[in-house]
Amino acid sequence: MVEEKFDAIVIGAGMAGNAAAFTMASGGLKVLQLERGEYPGSKNVQGAIMYANMLEKIIPDFRDDAPLERHLIEQRFWMMDNTSHAGIHYRSDDFNEAKPNRYTIIRAQFDKWFSRKVREAGATLLCETTATELVYDITDKVIGVRTDRAGERILADVVVLAEGVNGLLGTRSGLRETPRPETVALAVKEMHFLPEEVIEQRFGLKGNEGCVIEAAGTISRSMTGLAFLYTNRESISLGIGCLVSDFAATMESPYALLEGFKNHPSVRALIAGSELKEYAAHLIPEGGYKAIPQLFGDGWVAVGDAAQLNNAVHREGSNLAMTSGRIAGEAIVQVKCRNAPMTKRNLVLYKTMLDDSFVLKDLRKHKDMPALLHTNSHNFFMRYPQLISLAAQNLVRVDGTPKIDKEKATTAAFIKGRSRWGLVSDALRLALAWR
Amino acid sequence: MTITVPPVRVEDKLYQNRYLIDAGRPHIKVRPHQSPSANLLALTRICPAKCYELNATGQVEIAADGCMECGTCRVLCEESGEITWNYPRGGFGVLFKFG
Ligand SMILES: Cc1cc2nc3c(=O)[nH]c(=O)nc-3n(C[C@H](O)[C@H](O)[C@H](O)COP(=O)(O)OP(=O)(O)OC[C@H]3O[C@@H](n4cnc5c(N)ncnc54)[C@H](O)[C@@H]3O)c2cc1C
Ligand code: SF4
Repeated sequence: MVEEKFDAIVIGAGMAGNAAAFTMASGGLKVLQLERGEYPGSKNVQGAIMYANMLEKIIPDFRDDAPLERHLIEQRFWMMDNTSHAGIHYRSDDFNEAKPNRYTIIRAQFDKWFSRKVREAGATLLCETTATELVYDITDKVIGVRTDRAGERILADVVVLAEGVNGLLGTRSGLRETPRPETVALAVKEMHFLPEEVIEQRFGLKGNEGCVIEAAGTISRSMTGLAFLYTNRESISLGIGCLVSDFAATMESPYALLEGFKNHPSVRALIAGSELKEYAAHLIPEGGYKAIPQLFGDGWVAVGDAAQLNNAVHREGSNLAMTSGRIAGEAIVQVKCRNAPMTKRNLVLYKTMLDDSFVLKDLRKHKDMPALLHTNSHNFFMRYPQLISLAAQNLVRVDGTPKIDKEKATTAAFIKGRSRWGLVSDALRLALAWR
Repeated sequence: MTITVPPVRVEDKLYQNRYLIDAGRPHIKVRPHQSPSANLLALTRICPAKCYELNATGQVEIAADGCMECGTCRVLCEESGEITWNYPRGGFGVLFKFG
């Protein structure tokens, strides 16, 4: 039996796995990457907003050939009730810069491109190959994996678990727990195709400019959830996600929620006449800082969604995945350069470097948000959106009622809806969690 | 006023997707049972591909052909042993064109 030995094996060719494999291969390591899909991206789902800064740190000239859809010049936040939306829109020509900050992407295409860069950097990729088991030595150090291909072991000094939120390998090996229903959201998403000019007209865009909408409110039927609508070049991605625990408790069907969002009067006009070309579903880690498992051990590290490194409050995931993958890769290259073994004691370097990055700083900052939004979901996702819509309508409808009476009516509605104390305590807790 | 939503058929949505089915090797199985737990029953409504259905005698059955491998059912029912969940063999299962 021939056993080939690598410096590192990376499980998964998503954002985190590609970042790790690219960094280690560029650092001169002999890297094997395993991907269970037919091609990188075939199992992956994202909205998808991609944050340029984090990719620039890996591939500085990515704009030359990466498949980018539109650079974002406008962001809308909508608070929706059944017939209305109140919102904040931010649009700026400053975003029409030489190196734009955010782009929409289509994951299946983007992952293929990223994977090509990984192979150009020297890593070996095996697709249609699922890693099924970790292999240990007698000291319990991870020394490789088995796959569903041949029965043979593949050995390496270190295994990078970039297997995504539903990773079986790490959970079945007892390196971390299976996500709990309260710490993951189920999101469903559709791709709607429209001619480029129609998208540009409907959103007031020109050239490659793009617009994105994040929405919350009665569309999630009092569950903790968010919806989105993003413009791509010739398509619109839209979807909605809510905590799995909320779905289980309410027994709402995700596709019914999605239809509700699509048929909302504020959304319907934006996608009218489009052609549906794909329906997808995926989990999103939402447990935040408190749900992060052990990140490293003897012979292994965990990166990206597999390690719950996802900032759901800001809908950031791919950037945390890319950054944690890159940092893990850098740490491993450093340990390797010192000719030191890939032990827990040495791989702590990954955690130390991650602690110092925006990844853990941001997640720590919002550590109380997930629990707050979860326990107060009825107020935040049902009552407040309705009250805000009422207040806005009171403000703009001119019907001969004196302004002072209108203001009183709005205040009274808020207090009736939530009680004076409830309002104050929600505002305080939100402020504290955000701080 | 509520939004009027035309009835949805998940089958019509799934029809747009690409799959490579590993015939005769379902990747998810439901343990035989008399009556389903609340979570298992919930899957008949919340599985985004509507893979789980209640049969005439009150048990939950699965036909995983349209499965998008999201993992929701795993998160809810694997620990209790009510279902077993694996990835399809490498290369099989859902193949997102866009994702
Ligand atoms: C609907 C939705 C919208 C989102 N929107 C945004 C957004 O706009 N912006 C943003 O930044 N983030 C967004 N996210 C989050 C983002 O998609 C994730 O954070 C990101 O994809 C995580 O990358 P990853 O590499 O950790 O995991 P993944 O991208 O899931 O990659 C894991 C890879 O590992 C492979 N794999 C798993 N197990 C094995 C195995 N045993 N053997 C071999 N291969 C295996 C999988 O096939 C997959 O390719 C969104 C997520 C969803 C679901
Ligand atoms: S993994 Fe998701 S799509 Fe597949 S059967 Fe389970 S809940 Fe349904």
